[in-house]
Amino acid sequence: MSGILMPKPDAATLSRRDEIVADMRIIVPGEGVVDAVNEMRAFESDGLTAYRQLPMVVVLPETVAQVSRLLKYCNERNIRVVPRGSGTSLSGGALPLEDAVLLVMSRFNRIIEIDYPNRVVVAQPGVTNLGITTAVEQDGFYYAPDPSSQIACSIGGNVAENSGGVHCLKYGLTANNVLGIEMVLMNGEVVRLGGKHLEAEGYDLLGVMTGSEGLLGVVTEVAVRILKKPETARALLIGFPTSEEGGQCVADIIGAGIIPGGMEMMDRPAIHAAEDFVHAGYPLDVEALLIVELDGPGVEVDHLIGLVEAIAYKNGATTCRMSQSEQERLTFWAGRKAAFPAVGRISPDYYCMDGTIPRKELPRVLAGMRELSGQYRLGVANVFHAGDGNLHPLILYDANVPGDLEKAEAFGADILRLCVKVGGVLTGEHGVGVEKRDLMPEMFNEIDLDQQMRVKCAFDPNHLLNPGKVFPQLRRCAELGRMHVHRGQMAFPDIPRF
Amino acid sequence: MTTFTPTSAAEVLSAVQWATADETPLEILGHGSKRGIGRPLQTEHTLDLSGLSGVTLYEPAELVVSAKAGTPLVEIEQLLAENGQQLAFEPMDYGPLLGGETGKGTLGGVLAANLAGPRRLKAGAARDHILGIHAVSGRGEAFKSGGRVVKNVTGYDLSKAMAGSWGTLAVLTDVTFKVLPSAETETTLAIRGLLDDSAAAAMAMAMGSSGEVSSAAHLPERMAARVLDGKLGGDPATLLRVEGFGPSVAYRVAHLSDLLGNAGPIEEIAGEASKTLWRDVRDVRPFADGTDKPVWRVSMPPADAHHMVLALRMQAAADAFYDWQGGLVWLRMEGEPEAELLRALIRKFGGGHATLVRAAPAWRAAIPVFEPQPAALAALSARLKAEFDPKNILNPGRMVHSSDSATVAGVSEGATP
Repeated sequence: MSGILMPKPDAATLSRRDEIVADMRIIVPGEGVVDAVNEMRAFESDGLTAYRQLPMVVVLPETVAQVSRLLKYCNERNIRVVPRGSGTSLSGGALPLEDAVLLVMSRFNRIIEIDYPNRVVVAQPGVTNLGITTAVEQDGFYYAPDPSSQIACSIGGNVAENSGGVHCLKYGLTANNVLGIEMVLMNGEVVRLGGKHLEAEGYDLLGVMTGSEGLLGVVTEVAVRILKKPETARALLIGFPTSEEGGQCVADIIGAGIIPGGMEMMDRPAIHAAEDFVHAGYPLDVEALLIVELDGPGVEVDHLIGLVEAIAYKNGATTCRMSQSEQERLTFWAGRKAAFPAVGRISPDYYCMDGTIPRKELPRVLAGMRELSGQYRLGVANVFHAGDGNLHPLILYDANVPGDLEKAEAFGADILRLCVKVGGVLTGEHGVGVEKRDLMPEMFNEIDLDQQMRVKCAFDPNHLLNPGKVFPQLRRCAELGRMHVHRGQMAFPDIPRF
Repeated sequence: MTTFTPTSAAEVLSAVQWATADETPLEILGHGSKRGIGRPLQTEHTLDLSGLSGVTLYEPAELVVSAKAGTPLVEIEQLLAENGQQLAFEPMDYGPLLGGETGKGTLGGVLAANLAGPRRLKAGAARDHILGIHAVSGRGEAFKSGGRVVKNVTGYDLSKAMAGSWGTLAVLTDVTFKVLPSAETETTLAIRGLLDDSAAAAMAMAMGSSGEVSSAAHLPERMAARVLDGKLGGDPATLLRVEGFGPSVAYRVAHLSDLLGNAGPIEEIAGEASKTLWRDVRDVRPFADGTDKPVWRVSMPPADAHHMVLALRMQAAADAFYDWQGGLVWLRMEGEPEAELLRALIRKFGGGHATLVRAAPAWRAAIPVFEPQPAALAALSARLKAEFDPKNILNPGRMVHSSDSATVAGVSEGATP
């Protein structure tokens, strides 16, 4: 593991390991407790495989009551807990801790209710993202957010990470498609936020929970909005001699009032890697390739395809192909969707980054990346959710070369600093986790971070749930709660009027 | 009684720091257009943000607008309209309902009240479009959250925490919203003569079709006559709005007419009339009667709400109409608010919540304006409030009774190992 320090294991907890494991078997009887090292190996990392750590014990509960008892037990005994869904996080959100219970939610795998009149599916958190669509697609419905890992990733994990996907410019992120959750707090209390109605009452705790990376509570039920599948979808494959022209085309499409279902851009290294891998028919003589997908009624799609095509040529497109069949549309996407494994073929290892930038800064950020690539002497390929400015640079390295991983991480950190510098953010959809934790001060000052941690204190005052993630420095809630009265510097001692 | 009128974020910070140090509660105000919502406040001082005004960033191609919290909403809407854009969640105007002026309200107030409109079904509410904030907490500290890009999961989403917090967590100084292109055209289908249950079925069928309906409302008998200057007549009207590019709207209108042809006679309302109609629904025109008869805003599962309304009418005199496919019920009570009866029926018929958005101050002081929460959730909300505003100086008691939240003030201090 490289240079990220995790919280020091608690010696008292480790010394009571056998007793804790025995108690876990009482709380979750049957096969739900795993403590053999060889069996725990499967859980030692998530999608960020550079980081590995065996947990103290793995527990797979089956009921909300078990989750509640487990968390209450751990809270009372000061035992740390790391929640995990399917373990597909790319930021180390589910990385175990040596002295923590790894709480795996995969047995919560049932669809609870399908309600078409209200267009809601209620599911247990271990149901996969795609599993929700599968449950309703025979009736023509689907769940819109579609992260690339949708075959495997769980809907509970989607809530924890506020997952996106290629369609979120038009259809929103997880936060915009979740109507309600049931969750268990670290003290064992079960709380419901929202439901099948359109908005929750009181403070928007559902909004705070979504994207909180497993630090605030454990989700035990999720109600999501389902949508009627669009009648048709067609894609355009557009090549440009420069990324500037591609970027301007994206701006002009949006300027024309068109919000495509998906709008993805790839740079030359990514185009070549993808074409070599899946033979999607991508043009190889362009610097930027844009895939624009339009969905809706056939007449609308035909109308908009014409408009987009005209905008593309006006912006210097050298090639513009329209999918003539569903098969061809899927082929256009095949290259983009296989971009990660495709890059995996041209490099022993790759490291995937996830910054978001204001779109107009794309040429500047790509130029900056080329410069950094030269400095670090590591290659980089770019795929880009062009509609919303979410960049996924893939840094090419070789883990077997000593120092290469550290170089790749430093390169990645520099890219993210550049994203923040141009007005963007550290992570668009993969989460902070352990990966970007120490970069948080690039975006937030101490007051900003302290206020976020105070929110944590309202949910988990003892910092027992998923500690070591998101926040670079953990501060005790007592210290955070202290007030520094600014009386000495009062500009208005006599109740002033401005 | 002092009114602070800051014109910069630094002045807001100073005022809150003074109030924090003195433990003196402040009423946080924009234009005061929603001042009548919530439990009545008893604060000595007012922090009036209407002078903290101005757009700080607008980049149409990036779909983003930032403005100081006191910027008038109408100013933002005009600016966006000049560029063919809009706040897609079409924030409602409480002015007509509460007996105030129309066209008042600030961008900060839009977030603090988590406003939405009929397009809520498709586009969400303010919470779904807020990208970032700058604010001053009740601790007297200026903090920020989020950013100016659409896709961002960096840290907790404190911007969403501000949505619907009614100024009780922090004073907003700057807000950044996502904006979207306005639709090229719109047409509304009005199915006439349906009773509430048939209307609920028709709306569910429309929303579950590929007609991409962006708003669905039902105006029962008599309610229909109170919108569009009475031009709709008094028969029940079930309204479906179809927006988008011309050819698409024409196609979808035909598709929906076909689908719902058996439900009842269908009228088409196009262009400006359609826009006015939805503005009237949005702003609760049927109950903009200049009285202070109690008005409830009820959020329930869309297909279930009409059962609650029917049951309520067995026991109390009330007028009702539905937005959000039935998921938003506006209720006007002839007599007392009947809070306990209403809330029990909501629980019985599918769950949700009710807010007493209009009532005489005595009612608002006597009964919970916002839906009372189960104990564990109420305690969590109170702890969150205390983490933002430990001295309880920001709009104290507006959402819940002050003594309830005072008991948990300073939680972080006590809850450490």
